[in-house]
Amino acid sequence: MLKTFRTSDRTLMVLFTIFVLAAPLIMAPLGAGYPDLMQRFAIYGIFAIGFNILFGLTGYLSFGHAAFLGVGSYSAVWMLKLLSINIVPAIIFAVVVSGLFALLIGFISLRRSGIYFSILTLAFAQMSYNLAYSVLTPITNGETGLQLDLTDPRILDTVNETSQVASPSFLGLEMGDTAVVQFLGMDLQFNVGFYISALILIGMFYLSLRIFRSPFGMILRAVKSNQTRLNYTGFNSRPYTLTAFVISGMYAGLAGALLVCMDPLAGADRMQWTASGEVVLMTIMGGAGTLIGPVLGAGIIKYFENIFSRINESVVEGWFSALPDGVTDFLTAVVSPFLGSGWHISLGLIFMLVVIFLPGGLVEGASRIMNLVRRLSQTRKTTSSPSVARPLGDDESPEEPPPGSVNTRES
Amino acid sequence: MGILEVKGVNKRFGGLLALDDVNLSIQQNTVHAIIGPNGAGKSTLLNCFIGKLLPDSGTVKFDNSSLIGLKPFQINQAGISRVFQTPEVFADLSILENVMIPAFAHRDGAFHLAPFRSLAKETAIREQAEKILQDVGLVDERHQLASAMSRGNKRRLEMAMCLVQQPKLLLLDEPTAGMARADTNNTIDLLKSINEAHNITFVVIEHDMHVVFSLADRISVLSQGHVIVEDHPSNIKGHPKVQEAYLGTAETQ
Amino acid sequence: MDAILLQVLNGLDKGSAYALIALGLTLIFGTLGVVNFAHGALFMIGAFCTVTFNNLLSFERVTLSATELSPWGTPLEIHVPYVELWFGDFGATMIDYSVFWSLLFAIPVMLLIGIVMERGLIKHFYKRPHADQILVTFGLAIVLQEVIKSVYGANPIPQPAPAAFVGSIDVGVWIGMAENSVIYPIWRLVYFLFAGVIIGGIFAFLRYTTFGMVVRAGMADRETVGLLGIDIDKRFTAMFGLAAVVTGMAGVMYTPILSPNYHMGMDFLVLCFVVVVVGGMGSLTGAVAAGFLLGILQSFASMPEVKDFLFGFSIDQVIIYLVAVIILLIRPRGLMGRKGVMET
Repeated sequence: MLKTFRTSDRTLMVLFTIFVLAAPLIMAPLGAGYPDLMQRFAIYGIFAIGFNILFGLTGYLSFGHAAFLGVGSYSAVWMLKLLSINIVPAIIFAVVVSGLFALLIGFISLRRSGIYFSILTLAFAQMSYNLAYSVLTPITNGETGLQLDLTDPRILDTVNETSQVASPSFLGLEMGDTAVVQFLGMDLQFNVGFYISALILIGMFYLSLRIFRSPFGMILRAVKSNQTRLNYTGFNSRPYTLTAFVISGMYAGLAGALLVCMDPLAGADRMQWTASGEVVLMTIMGGAGTLIGPVLGAGIIKYFENIFSRINESVVEGWFSALPDGVTDFLTAVVSPFLGSGWHISLGLIFMLVVIFLPGGLVEGASRIMNLVRRLSQTRKTTSSPSVARPLGDDESPEEPPPGSVNTRES
Repeated sequence: MGILEVKGVNKRFGGLLALDDVNLSIQQNTVHAIIGPNGAGKSTLLNCFIGKLLPDSGTVKFDNSSLIGLKPFQINQAGISRVFQTPEVFADLSILENVMIPAFAHRDGAFHLAPFRSLAKETAIREQAEKILQDVGLVDERHQLASAMSRGNKRRLEMAMCLVQQPKLLLLDEPTAGMARADTNNTIDLLKSINEAHNITFVVIEHDMHVVFSLADRISVLSQGHVIVEDHPSNIKGHPKVQEAYLGTAETQ
Repeated sequence: MDAILLQVLNGLDKGSAYALIALGLTLIFGTLGVVNFAHGALFMIGAFCTVTFNNLLSFERVTLSATELSPWGTPLEIHVPYVELWFGDFGATMIDYSVFWSLLFAIPVMLLIGIVMERGLIKHFYKRPHADQILVTFGLAIVLQEVIKSVYGANPIPQPAPAAFVGSIDVGVWIGMAENSVIYPIWRLVYFLFAGVIIGGIFAFLRYTTFGMVVRAGMADRETVGLLGIDIDKRFTAMFGLAAVVTGMAGVMYTPILSPNYHMGMDFLVLCFVVVVVGGMGSLTGAVAAGFLLGILQSFASMPEVKDFLFGFSIDQVIIYLVAVIILLIRPRGLMGRKGVMET
């Protein structure tokens, strides 16, 4: 993975595609090779990529993106209920609705900047959460959450006579279908739902790459760098930030729809502000403003959430059982509060450490290590490399660290 | 008829009359300096040109259309670029990108929605930017981040950012403020060469008399919000009204 | 009329809590320039100080009765809290009035937490962008919340009010209304008075002490005060400690109204940010006024009449955000804020 930071975009794209498609093979040895988790890697990857288009490029820190995820989920369930169990109309509708919702909220929130923007988006998200939880119960089914039902009209589908609630499908393939292959003693699970999410993830990553490498993306970075200057340069910055906001809202809506396709249930807690915080966390941890960072962050957080939260006290005790009794008890007592149900403590701590020591996220950390290695391998008399930005447009030229990996927080 | 026509502009801040019936006519392809002691209203006047302040009354016309009430980006799109007192650049972007952005603004307008267009295919813009960087002598370090530049070089970059837009009018707010003498002279040379090569009208707001007299074709002297003299530089030097404005009344000399 | 009065009163206790938390937030923001997302956690920790103190008080000595038998035929266990054993009747009143004693307990605890937080973390973020401050304090808020959850569990822990303050009083009668027209719980009245005392105390402190003067000067113009050769660092720490104490005390006193739970901090924090923004970033009076205003507004929005008027939609959960959005758009600096604070 680390090698991709210095190769051209095309190589990055190819490597990313291979990595995502081979995920069942790669994840199985890590104990993460089961469909449910891999689907979540892909879906939250999409969410974080979208968030990064807003936060990473323009620097506008939204604390309300979970609202779009939730709106996407609700819209998708409604389409599955009313129109068809096929996921395509559900996804399209969800993206459109969340885009419109983002247009409305962005139009209002982007009139302010800085912390005011963060608080406005936070207020909107909390408002949406409360609306979904209680006020709009006819649409959202309140506390219980919105689910598929035997009585759903599904006007496009031929009437099904079965007594079971249908599960979402694409061209007759159900999301839950999984082919299990034995390989080197491991069960490799190739799941329809995962591959659909994975293909969409690859597509969305490509779009984000195109945005990063477009004049539009460059102007968004200029917003982050010096908005006043941009306005005096002849650009009206607001439609640019609004476009970025809507695009990222649509990414979130897409992710919400995919969550529903995998598990057709939409609940209000998906819109809570802790959920908004989670995507911020993923993006920062991986590296805001970098291409690969958000996906990396989403993967790591979802991985640890699943692995760490399964570890209970007896497992921890098992790790240290070879040690003397007192030491075992002591280590178990020290370690176990951070695992299992307490894994959020570790999450919060890791997050703090990243913000404190590595504001550029893991991608910056990796490129720092790369620089260190390079410097050590060079002769001592070479001068320290000046800060160099990515050469523009040279598709094939050896690439210097991408924009976000240069420390952008110096000023 | 000048390219920038200011007629009867008044601006009041509370009890202070910052601009008192200011009239100016700035002719095309000249270097017009606006000077005056501290607090004379130079910055207020400039802010009225660029859309930061609304005058209480009066008109500001550029190319026969009013600038009053326009937003900064609209004023830029009308053909007025500005150089800031402290150089303002996009610190996190490369020098080349810094120049390409205004070039895009000039070509595509204030907003142009094409989020997936490839930057690599924008060779025309890129060549244009590189040519301007050649002119100001920054082409070799074009891939460096702007944040790593010296102040003098940032000023050069800012000039390049303005020139790439081929503005009709360039506003310079104390372009040599805080510079050492050598840097100041370099900047004067730079401005002179640009003025000769590009046929751009300059409006310079300046403190430093050395700069003003080396550059300007015409000088307006502002004092207490009022234009007291407007004339050719050679006539300004010994003008009694100017001396009075700068040094107080004649008796104190 | 009495319905309106009742709603105003109902809004006061929530409003008091909002005002106190928002006051702490504003003190920190105004003096230190830090946006503290962990501030709600301080309120929650305050509430859990009460829980802890009550747990301490309820350590019991268990003896077996020589004469009496339990229904199962075993000797009856007699539970006697140690405080009662040691101090007799005074111990018993201490248990009854534990909320007030918890205040004394909470002050040093909150002060310590505040100082450790400022010295250990916040200090290093004065010069970082606001986004970083938000993010790091957000991380801290998660940690604090989850630590409390793992220690005290996820369920709310009800805390009693002192027996003398349990129940309601007829406020209406005091002002010459018919009996039983305005019934109001006593503890909420106590909370309101408490908030009034604390807020008055803070304002007096800022107005009449040298320390307060420097703080106010710092809020108006931080850079200049720094240039005057005043040791800002120590004052910052003290300020943060003070804000933590105020917020913690607000939490302690709120426990009989809302059973402490681990997520109450976050719930209040979001609202209080809105309160601060509505009041005007950096304005202490604005924070207090907006706190009460929004609390009362919220209680009005929950009136059945309002619900009927809005075709059965209850908007009490939404009204604060709605008002905040409107205020931010038409008056960006808030009700009493200065222009340009935290813009860009």
